[in-house]
Amino acid sequence: MSCEPWQCAEIAATKKANPITKPEIAVAMIKKASRPILIVGSYATERCMDGKLLIEYLIDFANASKVPVVATAHMVGEFLKRGYQPAGFMSAMDIGNRLVDPTWQGLDGKGHPDLVLVVGLPYPMESLMLCGLKNFAPTLKTMTMDNLFHPHASWSFPNATLEEWAANLKVMTSKFNGGN
Amino acid sequence: MTTKNVNIKIDEMTTSSSSIKNLEVTIGKVATDNWTEPMGPTPMPSMSTLRDWDMKLLARYKPFYMPDCDLCCLCTFGKCDLTAGKRGACGIDMAAQSSRIVLLACCIGSATHTAHSRHMVHHLIEKYGRRYPLDIGGLNIKVEAPITRLVTGIKPETLGDLDEVLEYAEKEITQCLAVAHTGQEGHNLDFESKAFHVGMIDHLGMEVGDIAQTSTLGFPKAEPEAPLVSLGIGSVDLSKPVIMAIGHNVIPSVGIIDYAKDHKVDDKIEVVGLCCTAHDITRYYNRGRIIGPISWQLRFVRGGFADVVVLDEQCVRTDVFDEAQKVHAPVIAASEKNCMGFKNRTDDPADEIVDDLVSGKVPGVLILDPEKVGEVAVRVAQQVAPIRKKMKNLPSIDEIKQIAKTCRQCNLCRRSCPQDLKLPQAIKAAGEGNMAPLTDLYEYCVGCGRCEEACPEKIMIHSMIVKAGEKFMLEENNLCRCGRGAVQDVEIRNVGSPIVLGEIPGILAVVGCSNYPHGGKDVYDICREFASRRYIVAVSGCAAMTAGSYRNSEGKTLYEEFPGGFEAGGVLNVGSCVANSHIAGAAIKVANIFAKRNLRGNYEEIADYIYNRLGAVGLAWGAYSQKAAAIAAGFWRLGVPVLVGPHGVKYRRMLLGREDKPEDWEVYDARTGDKVNVGPAPEHLFQTVETPQEAMVSIAKLCIRPNDTWKGRSIKLSHYVDLHKRYYGCMPQDLHLFVRTMADVPMTLKDEFAKILEAHDWKETVIPDPTLLPRMIRKMKV
Repeated sequence: MSCEPWQCAEIAATKKANPITKPEIAVAMIKKASRPILIVGSYATERCMDGKLLIEYLIDFANASKVPVVATAHMVGEFLKRGYQPAGFMSAMDIGNRLVDPTWQGLDGKGHPDLVLVVGLPYPMESLMLCGLKNFAPTLKTMTMDNLFHPHASWSFPNATLEEWAANLKVMTSKFNGGN
Repeated sequence: MTTKNVNIKIDEMTTSSSSIKNLEVTIGKVATDNWTEPMGPTPMPSMSTLRDWDMKLLARYKPFYMPDCDLCCLCTFGKCDLTAGKRGACGIDMAAQSSRIVLLACCIGSATHTAHSRHMVHHLIEKYGRRYPLDIGGLNIKVEAPITRLVTGIKPETLGDLDEVLEYAEKEITQCLAVAHTGQEGHNLDFESKAFHVGMIDHLGMEVGDIAQTSTLGFPKAEPEAPLVSLGIGSVDLSKPVIMAIGHNVIPSVGIIDYAKDHKVDDKIEVVGLCCTAHDITRYYNRGRIIGPISWQLRFVRGGFADVVVLDEQCVRTDVFDEAQKVHAPVIAASEKNCMGFKNRTDDPADEIVDDLVSGKVPGVLILDPEKVGEVAVRVAQQVAPIRKKMKNLPSIDEIKQIAKTCRQCNLCRRSCPQDLKLPQAIKAAGEGNMAPLTDLYEYCVGCGRCEEACPEKIMIHSMIVKAGEKFMLEENNLCRCGRGAVQDVEIRNVGSPIVLGEIPGILAVVGCSNYPHGGKDVYDICREFASRRYIVAVSGCAAMTAGSYRNSEGKTLYEEFPGGFEAGGVLNVGSCVANSHIAGAAIKVANIFAKRNLRGNYEEIADYIYNRLGAVGLAWGAYSQKAAAIAAGFWRLGVPVLVGPHGVKYRRMLLGREDKPEDWEVYDARTGDKVNVGPAPEHLFQTVETPQEAMVSIAKLCIRPNDTWKGRSIKLSHYVDLHKRYYGCMPQDLHLFVRTMADVPMTLKDEFAKILEAHDWKETVIPDPTLLPRMIRKMKV
């Protein structure tokens, strides 16, 4: 598993992500956070592992971890179709813009998120959004749940195969009380 | 206009004692002014004149920066690390640096369009004279240059009048570029304001170029039913010599077409174009062909179709010469801006240049005289075509199978592909004899060639995709509406009221380049969706070509299915990049012709009108260039929101409103001076959208304006809700922000709205006469 940016040219980062070498580390970070959110992009229905769409893995994870989900683009409909109600839906740019506002009180109005999980956005969108958060929300921790290394995140999984990705997501889900 | 040069030009004069050739004398300026409209407050604004207006917009639409690069590398103090609050050696922070990059992009774009227009005007004045009258629509157009009138206060009447407009534009671009120097501007919002300024200048530069060429070159003059023209390589007779022009400046192609016609060989050769020069070729010449958007250069050069490649300016691949050499196609560079390293042969006899190119003694030449370009290109094409026999640089299917077996499956191609295409899997399948996955990529590949650069085995991956998709390529034979140019005054009169009152739900401008995330079909689908909903759909540039590249179930292209007028359900192709000015011009003309607002030097009032009343949205689904950034910036200052596709995020800064902050959405009611909350209408000024579904929902929402009548608002909301339900599977959650009275609620959706309004403790409000400008308030309450 390589910790080079998935898109080879995305290298202009002086503050680079810490690699997540095993999913338990990610789980520990999530459990430590008091107000995490999960941003899910449009690739959630375009990535398939072992005959199961990414969105289905993510619904399992969200149900288990109780991390509220923000669906971007048209993903809200895909979640609803599968019987899962996201905590919110808005464009990737809108959620990014709210996260750099320290006065924003989160989707529930109870406080600013302290950890942002991101997954399934087109790579450049995710990369740039993470860079925006790194620079303009410097106290916010960011973590990707993709199988692609994102140097602008605080924490990122290395580049990995679909099989490894599926295994990571399953482990993460299983480590929460609601998981299998 | 306000001032005019006295200009005497003598081409040739012989007296008993002397001989004069090419004498041109300009004597001062004589004040003339046939335009009775009073001058507004801001003719020829400097970069700080409209700063207050910009700041009003920027207070609502705050920049969201996504810098991409943590560094500043622009001076020798650097590189400086600006990450997370650090300042550079000059004191700049990341917000200012990011906006500085935006400004630089807009300066490049504006300079490019304006320089294009400068060349155009200079050339046309030389050919037709300074006093050649401007005419872009005959009796159908009285407001011939709405942007020029609005920004400069000049009403241009002749080609020579455009000189003064360009002088102003060039001065402003220089001023704005100077701002980007180290140690000049320090605040991000001031950089943003200057980006708006140079964007406005970009629109001006574009307008000058297009009205100059439309007036002189016989282009369609604001014709809704401009002819349908052939689109696609399948429309080209490949048994004939083919001259392929690439770029944006049609003047060299005019030289080619004129020469071919004069020598009666126009039916014996094919003149085809890629990118915007293609639009203008077909506006000039009814046998011209559009073969595709900018990104297909490699595809067509390697495909061997061109017997001569003629390069003018802008968006030309810088390696196109190397590629053309591989298929033995001579190259003629025809622009000072793009000399390609060739020897300047402008002053050499045409016979010598032709011999050198045909014999292969030189692979390319620089010729800066368009008439000589015409002669050389036509003669070379005729002589080279039988020799090169459409030689390709594409592997055979058998060769692909063998080459594919050398692939290491290292993934570097995919990791270099901007589309993240599954190249390794497709190559592996090809090695096993299955071409289908490779063929499938043909539609989605943008033709950048980065995969080949990354491949350690030097596999010609793009060529393999093109070969696998060759059948589709050769079948590309569609129709595009010839660029019509401006919108007629009478068309504005017809739709002004329903647009401003909201009964035509919006104007959608689908413009820009072809850096599409999933092929061009999305562009077609979006255009068709909104034309079917009776929005006005204006298209231009590469997007206009893409829109014509697909057919409905009856086999009709978009341009056959919908009328070409500026009307509800119309799909109008204004033309090339510089013709984008007519889309902004149409918005300005609504304010002038329908609402009787003065244009002359009256920018702020007109922008305020457009922002609050005109439900117009720009979509640049495949925008890639600095020119697209400048065009967008011009629309931002006019108060027109712009959406870009996923790759547009690389512009690195969005201008986003916050619908959760009601305090941001107050306007003055010009009737009373009261402040009225009008909701987030429009919500954003610049946003990247991720999917076509999101684009469609966003477009419908962004067409909502404070001035909508209850009937108009009801229509707009019904489209927003319908698209939201279709693509998001649920009702929008923000409807309470857009309902002012119960009359705004679409009849068939009253129950569904009622639940949402009740949940948000909604209260009725008034429909104001909206303005952001206190000076527009007619009667202040005491």
